[in-house]
Amino acid sequence: MKKLMLGNDAVARGLYEGGLSFASSYPGTPSTEITEALAKYDDVYSEWASNEKVAAEAAFGASVAGARSFCAMKHVGLNVAADLLYTASYTGVNGGFVIAVADDPGMHSSQNEQDSRHHAIASKAMMIEPSDSAECLEFAKKALALSERFDTPIILRLSTRVSHSQSIVTVSERDVVPMKKYEKNIGKYVMMPGNAIKRHVAVEERLETIKSWAENCELNKTEINGSKTGIITSGISYQYAKEALGDGADYLKLGVINPLPENIIKEFCASHETVWVLEELDDIIETHCKKLGLEVKGKQFFSLRGEYTATEIKRVIKGETVETVTAPESAPVRPPVMCPGCPHRGVFYVLSKLKLYVSGDIGCYTLGAAAPLSAIDTTICMGASVSMLHGFNVANKNAGVAAKSVAVIGDSTFIHSGITGLIDIAYNRSNSTVIILDNSITGMTGHQQNPTTGKTIKGDPTAAVSLEALVKAIGIELVSIVDPFDVKTLEAKVKEYTSLDAPSVIICRRPCALLKYVKPSAPVTINSEKCVNCGMCLKAGCPAIVKKDGKMQINPVLCTGCGLCEKICAVGAIVKEAK
Amino acid sequence: MGNIMIVGVGGQGTLLASRVLGNVFLASGYDVKVSEVHGMSQRGGSVVTYVKYGKEVYSPIIEKGGADIILAFEKLEALRYCEYLKKGGRLIVNTQEIDPMPVITGAAKYPEDIVKKLEALGISVTALDALSLANEAGNAKAINVVLLGVGAKSSEIAKEKWIEALKATVPEKLLDINLKAFELGYNY
Repeated sequence: MKKLMLGNDAVARGLYEGGLSFASSYPGTPSTEITEALAKYDDVYSEWASNEKVAAEAAFGASVAGARSFCAMKHVGLNVAADLLYTASYTGVNGGFVIAVADDPGMHSSQNEQDSRHHAIASKAMMIEPSDSAECLEFAKKALALSERFDTPIILRLSTRVSHSQSIVTVSERDVVPMKKYEKNIGKYVMMPGNAIKRHVAVEERLETIKSWAENCELNKTEINGSKTGIITSGISYQYAKEALGDGADYLKLGVINPLPENIIKEFCASHETVWVLEELDDIIETHCKKLGLEVKGKQFFSLRGEYTATEIKRVIKGETVETVTAPESAPVRPPVMCPGCPHRGVFYVLSKLKLYVSGDIGCYTLGAAAPLSAIDTTICMGASVSMLHGFNVANKNAGVAAKSVAVIGDSTFIHSGITGLIDIAYNRSNSTVIILDNSITGMTGHQQNPTTGKTIKGDPTAAVSLEALVKAIGIELVSIVDPFDVKTLEAKVKEYTSLDAPSVIICRRPCALLKYVKPSAPVTINSEKCVNCGMCLKAGCPAIVKKDGKMQINPVLCTGCGLCEKICAVGAIVKEAK
Repeated sequence: MGNIMIVGVGGQGTLLASRVLGNVFLASGYDVKVSEVHGMSQRGGSVVTYVKYGKEVYSPIIEKGGADIILAFEKLEALRYCEYLKKGGRLIVNTQEIDPMPVITGAAKYPEDIVKKLEALGISVTALDALSLANEAGNAKAINVVLLGVGAKSSEIAKEKWIEALKATVPEKLLDINLKAFELGYNY
């Protein structure tokens, strides 16, 4: 049956058809929908894990037990899970073990645009890369069996445009794959030096075996149209190349990215006058070609940054440009903002007002760095807000520098890797105040449950982590729970805790305004007779408050009646609309 | 072959509109690709989705000078993406204004006379107050389906196919409102 399917949904479908039985992931754009789609198949066990390392380890445990297993993550998630990957590559698998990693060239929703292919090369695990939804399904399905055949973890590399584009797939029935038997094998699975030394030999042999197989496998395709120009490419870049050059070039489309084949590349180069390598981000395939002594063109003409486009390929290779109209003027930028009614806004209003150093983290609340709030000082990686605050504070204290500071971290990010940093703070007694922004959901990635919400991936009730009990248990004595819209209490609490020489935690608790059970109140309005046009309300950075013709106005369509601006207004000009 | 771009502000329902379009073209026997935006830009940022159909579609992306039609859910977004239209392309624009943060804070001004300026470029512009029509249909969020209705009227695809795709894509409890919104757009 033919269906229009998102790349991520097609990966899930392929895994399902390939007999997957266990999936554990941590959400991360652009990979999240894979596991959400898997959760809809009753034949597959699925879960959200507390972070990518835990997810990969859980999935690998299932593989050792003999089950076909899987985990998905965004590119930076693989940094977290890398510890497992690099050594699971030595042990090999029992049941097929596949890790999907979604890169984000162009950084649509990420903090960097690292190229995950380096992880495959460094870990010596096999990597394959599809270029549309049909291939997502095909590659994911084959990956489970290939993992068992070659005794290797397989990384399925995706990118934003492959993950988040819908194209046509043909679905089929699920293969019935019985669980493999587990047999104790200390030499294979216990990676102490004596065993690991032997396994490394097996890993290098495995790469050679896969390489010979890749010379003649169905995942690498040659397309001959009789052109003197050859294109070596993979993933989404293949689609851009086809769009730009059509039948006017020959193609070697590589589906196996690690290890890269040698003979088919040499033959392809030998039979073409000019060969271009088209690959987004780093020059992995190009470097491989050059190591083989082949003359190819690539990054000298194309960028190491961002996404490729068909227009750019056409311009560079064919010298053709596209006719366009010219915009009459430039449009003011429209950066993402915290939603109207977002509970984070109250916190950042207070932090911005108090002019504190704010150690930030990854989530919707990273938007607290955007104007006019501009409250956040740093955002690096998951959990770093907490541990970096500790280092920042200890260094300042030792140098005699007075600096008032806090860390902000969401509930899900705190569970992911904030808790370990907080244990460091408690253990080493730094004068650090951590604000946990508990909005009862994993927000930015589109509302996934997490260990604090009391619900599983399928929405079933389960144990919920009590953040207040948890932080007390690790040795934080100063713990308060505050409603982030109660800005007065919050401001007083932040002032109190940051003036003490002791570790402390403020839990700002209010559910995300976009959750279905959070019903908006009647919108507020501005009493123009009372309003003195001071502009205080604009400092909240709420998209529902605008200055039109020199006067403040509330947009009643956007306003959720959260009442934050009502509390900020010093002259009482903002009031709830009478219904 | 056809390239349709849907541009708007995160939260306006561009994703649903692109999925309806995708299903219409799939049901009409075309190869289809629909590219979506997830993640941070969904939070009130400028969002764009692409729908491409034809005998064979490769890139899921529409680039400058490549769109036959742009459905703009907001006027400023029409201006932002106008260079993506082909020469002689068509723009269907909701005249609603949603101020971006630089306009709210006073760092920038919302451009004036956008529709007139775009018409002056030789673009065929259909400008309408889709928000009022959506409200008339029963829900302000239905502007996406109002605009689809306007586009459907001039497409080569039969009205029934559009309604089937709507039924297949929209949650059942919102179907009546959306069917009404579609009619209001179709008969605009």
